[in-house]
Amino acid sequence: MNMDREAGKGLPLVHRMRPFLEIQDLHVAYHSRAGRDVPALAGVTFEVQAGEILGVLGESGSGKSTLAAALLRLLPANGKIQKGAVRFEGQDLLPAKPPELEKIRGGRIAIIFQEPSMALHPTIRVGKQISDVVAAHEAIRGCALREKTLRVLTTVFPAEAQRVSESYPHQLSGGQRQRVLMAQAIACSPSLVIADEPTASLDPSTQEEILSLFRTLRQKLNLAMILITHNPAILAGLADRILVLYAGRVAEIGPTEEVLTLPRHPYTRALLECLPPRIEEELFHRKAKLTVIPGDSPNMARVVNGCQFGPRCIDRMDVCTAIEPAEVTFSDRHAVSCFKYGG
Amino acid sequence: MLFRCENDQPLLRAENLEKRYKRADALDSKEEVAALSEVSFSIFPRTTLALVGESGSGKSTLALCLACLERPTSGNIWFGEREVTALNEKELRAIRPQIQLVFQDPASSLNPGWTALEIVSEPLLVQQRLGKQARRAKAHALLEQVGIPAEKASKRPGIFSGGQRQRLAIARALALEPKVLILDEALSALDCSVQAQIVNLLLELQTSLGLTYLFISHDFAMAAHLSDQIAVMHQGRIVETGSVETVVHAPKHTVTQRLITAAMGSPALPYPPKVA
Amino acid sequence: MRYTFRRMIQAAILLFGASVLTFLFSALAPGNYFDEMRLNPQISPETIISLRGQYHLDRPLPVRYVQWVNSLIHGEMGFSFAYNSPVGPLLWVRARNTLILTLTATLIAWAIALPLGIWSAATAGRWPDRVLSWATASFLVLPDLLLALCLLILAVRSGWFPTGGLVSTGFETLLPFGKFRDIVMHLTLPVTALVLSSLPILIRHVRAAIGEVLGAPFLRAAEGHGIPRRRLLYRYALRAAANPLISLFGFSIGALLSGSFLVEVVMSWPGLGPLMLEAILARDLYVVIGGVLLSTLFLVGGNFIADMMLYWADPRIRTEAATQ
Repeated sequence: MNMDREAGKGLPLVHRMRPFLEIQDLHVAYHSRAGRDVPALAGVTFEVQAGEILGVLGESGSGKSTLAAALLRLLPANGKIQKGAVRFEGQDLLPAKPPELEKIRGGRIAIIFQEPSMALHPTIRVGKQISDVVAAHEAIRGCALREKTLRVLTTVFPAEAQRVSESYPHQLSGGQRQRVLMAQAIACSPSLVIADEPTASLDPSTQEEILSLFRTLRQKLNLAMILITHNPAILAGLADRILVLYAGRVAEIGPTEEVLTLPRHPYTRALLECLPPRIEEELFHRKAKLTVIPGDSPNMARVVNGCQFGPRCIDRMDVCTAIEPAEVTFSDRHAVSCFKYGG
Repeated sequence: MLFRCENDQPLLRAENLEKRYKRADALDSKEEVAALSEVSFSIFPRTTLALVGESGSGKSTLALCLACLERPTSGNIWFGEREVTALNEKELRAIRPQIQLVFQDPASSLNPGWTALEIVSEPLLVQQRLGKQARRAKAHALLEQVGIPAEKASKRPGIFSGGQRQRLAIARALALEPKVLILDEALSALDCSVQAQIVNLLLELQTSLGLTYLFISHDFAMAAHLSDQIAVMHQGRIVETGSVETVVHAPKHTVTQRLITAAMGSPALPYPPKVA
Repeated sequence: MRYTFRRMIQAAILLFGASVLTFLFSALAPGNYFDEMRLNPQISPETIISLRGQYHLDRPLPVRYVQWVNSLIHGEMGFSFAYNSPVGPLLWVRARNTLILTLTATLIAWAIALPLGIWSAATAGRWPDRVLSWATASFLVLPDLLLALCLLILAVRSGWFPTGGLVSTGFETLLPFGKFRDIVMHLTLPVTALVLSSLPILIRHVRAAIGEVLGAPFLRAAEGHGIPRRRLLYRYALRAAANPLISLFGFSIGALLSGSFLVEVVMSWPGLGPLMLEAILARDLYVVIGGVLLSTLFLVGGNFIADMMLYWADPRIRTEAATQ
């Protein structure tokens, strides 16, 4: 989108810096057991700038986990990228060969999957699991490898790197395991980290601890991050921009404050209205009914004509059920796919 | 308190509960872990008590003790006038239907081979209270009550969304017309928009059926919204308890303060949510 | 080490139980070694009675058991009527040969089954997996006896391999390397038969075990960290699937052992198999008991090795054992 707009202004493309990460018209589908292709992402386009944190906000069925996996081509066997492009620092990842991918995964782009209790190998020591990642990307072995592993662990466990290094995952707490996953991710100094629901299974205070670690690491290492979550509260104060995903499509994308304070897309607004009142205001509304989004969560196996959110939308117009809305840009950085704004 | 005036007798009351587990396979039975110690509280009819705390603080153990599924090591539990800790296994069986549990992950507690209707009628079948026709009618009514569309009654839970599965779990819990519903992290695995739907359902059911809730959660904001009283648990003890007003505005214990800070989030969500 | 100790005590109890049971059942079985002598008119009934007394067959069962245990402690395990010598030394030689055969076959079978099973799991649904599944399925329906006979015919026709025995005549005159070569040549045929009969099952189990962990989140995470594919399969996946495979390993030692009896008889390998067959036919009581007990020992030994390997491979079992 950006490219079209600027090209439209007559700027020659060569003068433009290539975006750091560019996803264009990404379509992903899963082959169901019934023999049909069920779409999960249908034309997702966005960019991430170097050093930027992009929050991806989506509920179940939005395709947010598919997005995380598709970027590094880690989809399960029945998942298939049907079309689109994922350009990272100028290189298209979709046609890349397995050895090239192995170099990028964990080296230049790292990924943190949800459920820290399941993302670590149960019978390999934590230190070994980190040094394996380092050894896969850097030509250091022996003492140097051990030292580097400890150095990486020290960034997330300043006090007890040695002890953690010798532990097995089952000997660590949930928060500690999440830190190990982060150590694995930053081990080879990637420039982009994709985190899929990194705090979903943690206690609120541990969650806060991990999020502040994200902030520190981002400053220290100048990381770009894609932070995928269903919880808007996590993104406030952490993400630079928010992308709202609904039914495999980008509903809205814009700066965090704008999206959270002035949501434009009816879905974004409805989603934020669903949250319980802030705790300070609780006394006025206690036990009051919460606002809900009518209708069911999107079912990707059933195709809806027009806007995917249409059937649940309070601002629905005739046009919404006929064709899919195109993206409307408000400012340079805020865009919404909705007919309300002319789409 | 508005909600208490009609009846000042607590419906569920615990006094000095203690639950000790033997360390898993400890040979010398000396080694024990205290999952609960000195736990006392009361829940009044038609009100909600929230039990908040971090994982491992003993919330779920307490839930099992209150649902008469585990016996506390010492201490007493009263359900209405009866002291359930003094009852034998046979008498307990008569009490259990009145206190029902709803868990975090309905997928694991719903038999995947049964239809929604069968799942909801199963407790009725076990208790043998109704005839076949009456059972069917009652099951249909329950599904309608929790908002599961009639055409889904013959479907298996596999095709249900997370929210619908939780509705189904609630319908099953309601089948035996309980007085108390223990909601053990029942909202934690759901999306925000689905949470709101289930919250509204729970609020409706409380008014229409006069239910009493024990709402167990680590989400302080949601607990504060749904409840009349809050009890904060930490390492097997209740460290602070009181009305939502007092606990939220004048938290005394550091654990409570920490939980409230975490609930306010990093800079709290700026968008002012309006209330319907 | 308490874990090891506990497992050893368990093994000892098992062996004791097995010895009592075999003793009991062999005593209950109809007929004995002297029945045939009775038909011989040249041997007087008195001789037979005195022979029975000599071998203590006229004593009550518990007394005989105690006597047998006593001789077991002296390494004799009773007396063979047919060979007219203590059972112990007789069995040891045969057991050694059987062990050479089964251990070689076990190691080779696993060395082939692991990479093939992993390959099959990694290519699930595509042609290498399909070809392998088809091949294992067709080998699975082939009876072991038929397999052994086919190999035997092949060997006789081609003359490439000796078709019986442990060593050639004149083994003593060979140089060390020549001796080794000679044993290998003699081993080839029975080992091949054993490996071929156990391979399909092993490959299928390895494939299933690896296939189960391939979808695990931690493997996807490791893939996401750029761990090379070989390492992913042979280290991460194999280690995660280790528990069922190690148990299978212990079991496969026992299974190969019982399978080897048949192969030994058909291919005239001087192991326990032929000895046991003779002993059973001749009702050579103590040889049968000794043989049964020895195979039980192998089975228990196999499981013991598997337990030790599990302890070594899985830290969770170690922690559990430490808290006990």
